Amino acid sequence: MPEVTVTAEAAVNKRPSRWQAFRNSHFWHSFKTDKVAIVSFTIFLLYVLASLFAPLIAPTDPYDMTQFDLMDSELPPVWQEEGDERFLLGTDSQGRDMWSTILYGTRLSIMIGVCAVLLQAFLGIVVGLAAGYFGGKIDSFLMRLADIQLSFSTLMVAIIILAIFQAAFGAELYQDLALPMLIIVIGVAEWPQYARTIRASVLAERKKEYVDAARVIGLGSNRIMFRHILPNTLSPILVISTVQIANAIISEASLSFLGLGMPPSQPSLGSLIASGFDYIFSGAWWITIIPGIALVGLVLVVNLLGDWLRDVLNPKLYKG
Amino acid sequence: MALLEVKNLQVKFGLRTGEVSALRDVSFTLERGQRLGIVGESGAGKSVAGFAIINLISRPGYIASGEVLFDGKDLTSLTAEQMRYIRGNRISMIFQDPMMTLNPVLSIGEQMMESVLTHTSKSKAEAREIALEKLRLVQIPSPETRLEQYPHELSGGMRQRIIIAIALLLDPDIIIADEPTTALDVTIQAEVMDLLLALCKNQNLGLILITHDLGVVSQVTEQTIVMYAGRIIEQAQTKAIINDAQHPYTRGLISALPHQGAAGQRLYQIPGSMPLPSSLPSGCAFHPRCEHAQSRCQQHMPPLTENEKGKAACFLVDQRTSHP
Repeated sequence: MPEVTVTAEAAVNKRPSRWQAFRNSHFWHSFKTDKVAIVSFTIFLLYVLASLFAPLIAPTDPYDMTQFDLMDSELPPVWQEEGDERFLLGTDSQGRDMWSTILYGTRLSIMIGVCAVLLQAFLGIVVGLAAGYFGGKIDSFLMRLADIQLSFSTLMVAIIILAIFQAAFGAELYQDLALPMLIIVIGVAEWPQYARTIRASVLAERKKEYVDAARVIGLGSNRIMFRHILPNTLSPILVISTVQIANAIISEASLSFLGLGMPPSQPSLGSLIASGFDYIFSGAWWITIIPGIALVGLVLVVNLLGDWLRDVLNPKLYKG
Repeated sequence: MALLEVKNLQVKFGLRTGEVSALRDVSFTLERGQRLGIVGESGAGKSVAGFAIINLISRPGYIASGEVLFDGKDLTSLTAEQMRYIRGNRISMIFQDPMMTLNPVLSIGEQMMESVLTHTSKSKAEAREIALEKLRLVQIPSPETRLEQYPHELSGGMRQRIIIAIALLLDPDIIIADEPTTALDVTIQAEVMDLLLALCKNQNLGLILITHDLGVVSQVTEQTIVMYAGRIIEQAQTKAIINDAQHPYTRGLISALPHQGAAGQRLYQIPGSMPLPSSLPSGCAFHPRCEHAQSRCQQHMPPLTENEKGKAACFLVDQRTSHP
């Protein structure tokens, strides 16, 4: 019998490491057993790695005009008859290597998507927490503000702001500031999604006794909101974040397609698609179609991951 | 001077349908090291009284009038910042459900140290030491391990001990325990109550025990207040209340305890139920349920009068004392 007590005590004193705890978790288990999740995550990881290491992978630098030649313009991908083996996916109208340009474009798209969502999340979390926690007039004011913001479509707000900016400060300055401008515009246009979700969760959490207990200890409102309530609302935040990243990438692509996003000299996936659109009837389909596939793939895997995450984090959801 | 003196406290809730009184003219005192029980049915205003003391009535409720004097200072007039200093530091509170009171996403250690770090300028290491010391005080085995654990890894009794340890962290003067054992099973209840009693005696803590369980009150407290529909209707030494209650309502409560009847017999029950604070009966709020009700009970509210046994708010008691 003494051995049993020793092992029992050892079990109490020895806690599994974070990694072990993760390996034993429901989260990891449901990931392991879900093929769609594994495939989506792998593809997503490839996208992220490709965009992170774009300068290393890409054979040429698409931002450097000296590296491409107009003579190489509109060459089809290698598997086509007229393909050139220097250009894996062909070239665009200016003779840029499509493979390199897509790598850099994916990098821009992911960066804009993630940064815009971080901005959305920041604004939405602050507003949602304050509205849910303080309630009353603050709540009404902030939520009406969100309603007003939501009543304009994201694209409309973005188009107006970006068009005014371009008109007021000229295309030169706009080219330099396109990236931060897009992040800010997409970020500001969609914060109400976060604010509403978080407010709803906060309203539910605020009624729980641990919040009373925290107030009884004498903690301040900020500490209770950010340290006690916010971590308890993380699962909806994670789920909408994936949806919002996909949305932000699409918004950026749409704006770029409309000529209000990234300039042709620093193309994102959206502006690549747009620049190829003019040549699609001259037979150069690859300039539009290949970045299009890259974009659809990226948005699809992010959405699939989001779906999976929602199922895992919300076990009450029936999944037949 | 008493450590805590509640004077004529009124708490109202501003509802859409109008104002509703949850506490009506509640007064009592608590000396250092004294243990006071507040008893009553659900809805009697017990918990509201507890929250009112630390000025944490949440909207739409508010303290309409009255004073809560703690160490001579009126807590109802303090600013939010000054009040935060009192809460947790000088007056702590323990809640009913240990499953809900601890934050599920923070470790025990974080939740304990947080309280120390908020109120004092101690370092993290010192805060950890204090947390460990208090965990030992509430007899938690292997406290170092517990600090790393999360609430879901612990049993209900263990969690309630931890909550008591959190309440004790800064050596408060008063602990308000709002039904601290209701959510626990009977054996754990007794353990937790014994622990609380021992702590109060050793640390000279004032305890306000809010409960509907007269058995618990009789074991732990010295003084008992019986509340009905937001009013104190009887207040006396706990022994006097248990053995010789004056108010018909208190007597009803005591005869409703299971061990009062013989096996196989129906338990006594007070007919009817507590009126809603929005539709209080005229006169004495208890008169529709009282078997001794007289006509004047319907018109006049009996005042809380003092006699040799304690205080009671009933015309019956007045009669007995004035016409012996």
